[in-house]
Amino acid sequence: MLFMVVMSFSACNSKRSDSDLAVYQCPMECEGDKTYNKKGSCPVCKMDLQPIEIEDSTILDEDGISDESIFNLTSNWNTEEGEVIQLEDLKGKTLAMVMIYTTCKAACPRLVADMRNIESKIPKENIEDLRFVLVSIDPKIDTPTRLKEFAIENEMDGEQWTFLQGTESGVREFANVLAVKYKQISPMDFSHSNIISVFNPEGELIHQQEGLGVDNKETVQAILDLTN
Amino acid sequence: MKSQAFRLLFVLLVFQTVLYSQSEGMAFIQGSRYIPLYGRDSTVVEVKDFEMDKYPVTNAEYVDFVKKYPKWQKSKVIKLFADDSYLTNWKNDLELKGSENSSSPVTYVSWFAAKAYCECQGKRLPTVDEWEYVAMADETTKDARIKPSYNEQILAWYEAPRSNENLIGQTPKNVWGVFDLHGLVWEWTLDFNSVLITGESRKDVDKDSNLFCGSAAVNATDLMNYAAFMRYAIRGSLKAKYSMKNLGFRCVKDINE
Repeated sequence: MLFMVVMSFSACNSKRSDSDLAVYQCPMECEGDKTYNKKGSCPVCKMDLQPIEIEDSTILDEDGISDESIFNLTSNWNTEEGEVIQLEDLKGKTLAMVMIYTTCKAACPRLVADMRNIESKIPKENIEDLRFVLVSIDPKIDTPTRLKEFAIENEMDGEQWTFLQGTESGVREFANVLAVKYKQISPMDFSHSNIISVFNPEGELIHQQEGLGVDNKETVQAILDLTN
Repeated sequence: MKSQAFRLLFVLLVFQTVLYSQSEGMAFIQGSRYIPLYGRDSTVVEVKDFEMDKYPVTNAEYVDFVKKYPKWQKSKVIKLFADDSYLTNWKNDLELKGSENSSSPVTYVSWFAAKAYCECQGKRLPTVDEWEYVAMADETTKDARIKPSYNEQILAWYEAPRSNENLIGQTPKNVWGVFDLHGLVWEWTLDFNSVLITGESRKDVDKDSNLFCGSAAVNATDLMNYAAFMRYAIRGSLKAKYSMKNLGFRCVKDINE
């Protein structure tokens, strides 16, 4: 519980630091584009410095992340290899993402099979620019160790496969970005929508495939377009 | 006998206020177990003790929020977190249009914005189960769902147009001391995306196990509760970046032991 409170405060504080980044400039621009991070007066004309608007957030922020990119989510994730990452660390490769949980007996094995089917249709050279990400909707059970076991059992332990364990609120937020719905219906079982999402290397959603065992032609095409 | 009971009640009341130093503007909600319309296994869910905002967040409060956190201003919010209607009833980043009242509930806010607002107050959004738990009370009873008057009143509101323009605190206070759960605006919940009934956005999937793993397990335990059914259906049709005219929110807080 305390952990959750701390988490939520830190989430908020990161936002506060954005707002504290006020920038001041001489209204006469005596020193050209020179800016100050404090109020004061211009050393040349002695006029009061004026705050100026920074319009970075509308297009790209300093990391080059666009408005619609999932890399704007700042929650932390554990990988099956035991690393702690943010989604932004996945930047640079095309992403095929799906939400599953490893104790699932009904749809997930088929979803996983769908992911492997997609993989089998992608030529080797494209795989290098591609990453398959399986995000657990059951962060309590699916620890990095459990995810690693699952990866090995399902022969998904290669470089191109990544499994993620998040926090409960991080997973909820991520699902909302994907428009994935899920609900815990018993301690071991979840209802969830079966959606495979394809993102470009900048983290923008390009394509979604809904349902199980559906024709994956479009999804494969979307990936090929992005990785060629 | 009567005075004894009264004394006991008094002691209990004092005890309660000592135990839980109530946060300003929030009502203490004593947790319990109940059967919601759509629960886990469609059976009993447990709600822990928590505090809930007495009123939905108002326009004025939201103005303060965006002043402090510019990233949630109308022109600065990123597309991932809000659609184009976000704060569409505002004149600019910091001001409402003249026709809007500062004591009306804030609407045209996305789930991401509502979540951030609550987190910045050290609070969080209520879960569906928590919200429904408080909302099944009327002025005198904690669970009024069997009363015909309770359902009629709510449905009458669902038919009333433009209630989002009303001011907060004008509907009767429920037994917990919370206002406006019914009669003003719909409200965001933390896990609104746990509702897997959607006639609209995902085809008719009620029992379509191809779209929803385990979906047959989710069923209405009480189809009589039509008003609640409508709320769940609306949650099921929402996406987190939607901003709508009649959708606002309020926050809750866990009790720190």
